[in-house]
Amino acid sequence: MTDPAPETQERPASLARHPARIVTRPVMRFQERIYLIEVWHGLVITSRHFFVNLWRHTRRAIGLVARAGAVTIQYPDDPAVVAKRGRTRHRLMKREDGTPRCVACMMCETVCPAKCIKIVAEESPDVMIEKRAKIFDIDMGLCVFCGYCVEACPEDAIRMDTGQVEMSSFNRQDMVWNMQELLGNKKKDPAANVPRL
Amino acid sequence: MALTEPFWTFLKIAAAVGFGLNVAGLLGWVERKQSAVIQDRIGANRAEIFGFRVLGLFHPLADAIKMMTKEDFVPPEGMRLWHGMAPGLSLLFSMLCLAALPYGDKIVLGGHALSLQPLPLSAGLVFVLAMLSVGVHGVVMAGWSSGSAYSLIGGLRGAAQMISYEVALLTTLAGPLFLYGTLDLAEAVRWQAHSIGGIVPAWGIFLQPLAFILFMTAGAAETKRAPFDLPEGEAEIVGYFIEYSGMRFGMFLMNDFIESIVLAGLTTALFLGGWHVPGLAHLHLSQPVFALIGVGAFVVKVMAVLWLLMQIRWTLPRFRFDQLLDLGWKNLLPLAILNTLVTAWAVFLAGG
Ligand code: SF4
Ligand code: SF4
Repeated sequence: MTDPAPETQERPASLARHPARIVTRPVMRFQERIYLIEVWHGLVITSRHFFVNLWRHTRRAIGLVARAGAVTIQYPDDPAVVAKRGRTRHRLMKREDGTPRCVACMMCETVCPAKCIKIVAEESPDVMIEKRAKIFDIDMGLCVFCGYCVEACPEDAIRMDTGQVEMSSFNRQDMVWNMQELLGNKKKDPAANVPRL
Repeated sequence: MALTEPFWTFLKIAAAVGFGLNVAGLLGWVERKQSAVIQDRIGANRAEIFGFRVLGLFHPLADAIKMMTKEDFVPPEGMRLWHGMAPGLSLLFSMLCLAALPYGDKIVLGGHALSLQPLPLSAGLVFVLAMLSVGVHGVVMAGWSSGSAYSLIGGLRGAAQMISYEVALLTTLAGPLFLYGTLDLAEAVRWQAHSIGGIVPAWGIFLQPLAFILFMTAGAAETKRAPFDLPEGEAEIVGYFIEYSGMRFGMFLMNDFIESIVLAGLTTALFLGGWHVPGLAHLHLSQPVFALIGVGAFVVKVMAVLWLLMQIRWTLPRFRFDQLLDLGWKNLLPLAILNTLVTAWAVFLAGG
């Protein structure tokens, strides 16, 4: 039924140990060719879904079970469901004494493909640490949520596990999260979500 | 009876058209919800009035408001008059079909026989099929008058499809017609009243199963519903109404649904025994009650056929255009002719 592709060139010797795999296309049998039986099969599948789901919806509606009939998440009404390992908003980690873990090594700023991290370093009072961040801004409006910053960090100072995906604002400045906000010391100004002209 | 004959006829036609328009509006909801339930979704449920959502039943209403308030745009190259007329013409002819369907038997009130069929025509089937065929004018007119090459191609493709399947549709119906021996839809339904061996009702679907399948297939193609919705191709293929917007677009949409209702009505009348309910005759009900139950049975059967059409629509992928014409000319038509010949031979042998 199928015309095998003509062998245009010799198979390289290095492939000799691997036998060529011949792909045969399935040939339509008579029962598939007349289509009606297949239509029937399709109808059986969709009807099964129809009646099973209808029963589930009815069961829910008359209060037999609390489980919803469909798996749909009605997002703005119900909270968004984010996978545990999903890459969500960043947070900066703290040491046990509460100071930021970040040593301002600029690894994340360098690796960031979106160039949305801005770090200004300063001297740390602790000589063993040497450096720390004075300014640490992430522009969420530019971030592509690739997670490279998390991978690059040698201090495990930045993570993307807050589970928060709703970060909209009405102007670009409010999309920038500063160090205190990323550390969780300060809440993002709620006024950011009010339109400002 | 104070009811004069023209008034009674007018009342019946109004009821039939009202039935059609309402069910067509409802079908928009059915389409959304049924597809959602088949695909494990919830479906449109956001339209609400005073906080009531009633399973999304307000969505057809919201659609209507949206369509009516949208701009009714005529392309500058288009022909304004024909462009405006095309959807109305399509809708008019399919609504005329609604009036010829046999909704119920005669009702006898005080020695007065009132037919429950809005237009009791002796050649009702020919009338319905003729009106369905005229629908192709709306398609071509819409394609041509839009002044766009794409909609013209869409219109011609639609015309080719509808004319091809018309042939198969008419040939298919020859078989049942040989059996019933009448073109009157009400008579055809009455013929199906008896039963074979007292068990199986003598409905067209049992006597002419091949014709039933062929008729449903050709009918679905004729009404341009999926899997034969190439003339429309809602979002993927350019169809004949790309230059339409607002309520005129909505009228094409309604027209589709009404054609589906007509097809379902014809199927019910010719193959599913119309208003008959098996075993009801043994209950010895009074005649008007009997007739009214018949009307209910007819409507229920129409709904069942519409459900099946929807189910098919959400099951099968769309045909390619060459597959579509192949199916019509090379498969349906020969089978229909075969069915006709076999039926004619059988009727002849039975001394019919
Ligand atoms: S997730 Fe990617 S884009 Fe976003 S800040 Fe980290 S490295 Fe930059
Ligand atoms: S990679 Fe880690 S330690 Fe280095 S600057 Fe970025 S967050 Fe700070």
